[in-house]
Amino acid sequence: MQGQVSPLASAAPQGDDSRALVLRGLRKEYRAGQPVLRGIDLVLPGSGLTAIIGPSGTGKSTLIRCINRLVQPTSGEILFRGQDLAKLSGRSLRSARRRIGMVFQEYNLVERLTVMENLLCGRLGYVPAWRAWLRRFPAQDIARAFDLLDAVGLPGFATRRADALSGGQRQRVGIARAIMQEPDIILADEPTSSLDPKTSVEIMEILHRFAAERNIPVIVNIHNVELAKRFASRIIGMTGGSVVYDGPPQGLTEADLKTIYGGENWME
Amino acid sequence: MIVTDPAATGQRTAFAPNWLGRLGWVALVIYVIYAGSQLGFSAERFSTGLEHGHRFLVRMFPPNFERWELIYDGILESLQIAVIATFFGVLISLPVGLMAARNLMPAWISWPMRGVIALCRSFHPIIVAILFVKAIGFGALAGVMALIVASIGFISKLFAEAIEEISLKQVEAVRASGAGFLSVLIMGVQPQVLPRFIGFATYQLDSNLRNSTMVGIVGGGGIGAALFTAYQRFDFDVVLAILIVIVSLIMVAEIVSGWARRVFQ
Repeated sequence: MQGQVSPLASAAPQGDDSRALVLRGLRKEYRAGQPVLRGIDLVLPGSGLTAIIGPSGTGKSTLIRCINRLVQPTSGEILFRGQDLAKLSGRSLRSARRRIGMVFQEYNLVERLTVMENLLCGRLGYVPAWRAWLRRFPAQDIARAFDLLDAVGLPGFATRRADALSGGQRQRVGIARAIMQEPDIILADEPTSSLDPKTSVEIMEILHRFAAERNIPVIVNIHNVELAKRFASRIIGMTGGSVVYDGPPQGLTEADLKTIYGGENWME
Repeated sequence: MIVTDPAATGQRTAFAPNWLGRLGWVALVIYVIYAGSQLGFSAERFSTGLEHGHRFLVRMFPPNFERWELIYDGILESLQIAVIATFFGVLISLPVGLMAARNLMPAWISWPMRGVIALCRSFHPIIVAILFVKAIGFGALAGVMALIVASIGFISKLFAEAIEEISLKQVEAVRASGAGFLSVLIMGVQPQVLPRFIGFATYQLDSNLRNSTMVGIVGGGGIGAALFTAYQRFDFDVVLAILIVIVSLIMVAEIVSGWARRVFQ
């Protein structure tokens, strides 16, 4: 795997690979001496949907949150679009974040704002604060928001308040908000874990569709192995803070799952 | 085994007796009786008190509105003091409360701010009013300043607590979009706390109205001065008139603040 890292990282960003994400030796310790991530080395391509699977508490959420620096990595590099995200701070960090969309397990919509206002939150990295305060967002942002609401299947929901929506509707708004950022990559932290099976499939379909249509790479943390196999073009299996499987979904064997989740009784 | 099975011994107790609690209640009752005797409360004292009270009430009726211009001017000044003090008090409390919120601010900002708030809260508005009257002279300005200090002490703390109770998930999502600190406040924090802030502000207006009728007693302007003079001259019918006006003012304020809370729900 180390052989793959260097050419991609050093090559001038071109085509799809301009959105490639390279992690090198990424470590995170919330408490000193107890690493949650034990030196992750990964190269994620600049397109397609990548699923990260693994048991709870294995560092999947931490990994994703390190990428947009909601969590501060202890050491290591996060190379994206010619920058080491791990070293950014202040203004440069905010301008990197606005190109990274994020979808959350519990949607994290601002409950007391309308659907439209939540979507426009995705533009806050571009729009000055006084415009947000007066709700004077640029007309093209508002037009985009209406288009996206149609695209995620929520036409006519713009003026509804977020706390009046169902879980599936909220997650659609969450995805639309991420796309509003015009992101170069989307991070989805267990986007289906709070949803019923049917809605979960619909949400994964929407993510998969955006990844393909808009050519945005999507990284999804997911518990459901079947959904991961069905929608991902690549699967990363993690356990105990390390990557133990990295390859296509077809290559994921029962032995691999046993390594990832431990034991075998649960598989019957 | 130290703990024996109560079911086996046939002594199951549904409610454990709280001996320490009972002892506390007994001690409290004993102290109240002791303190009362120390302060010279007795049956005779009560009966003479009741006689006094009877004469006082008789002299209050009927209320005397003859000097209504004096009352009108006083109550108007009290209203102005209350509104101005609430406006500036809330305005200053917004940044103070934000800076005192431990979930959004580093400790080296929030702790000093908490100190400032505690200082503002530590004195009764009347004591602060006396200080301002001595410092900047008689009149409404001293009353306004005293009530601004009281407002900061009270609602900054409530603002800070409201901010500390918000959902950080919503804030995290706004932050993840690359929003700056101000934008996070406007779109992530403000929507969560606004209804509670409105509630606190109207409550403070209510409280300032009551206090503004009082700062006049120590020279801080408003109806309090007229009330105090009437007491001193034993014009108890005028006192009753002023009290009636104050009560109606507070009731109107109650209705208005209830209405404001509904609008901003």
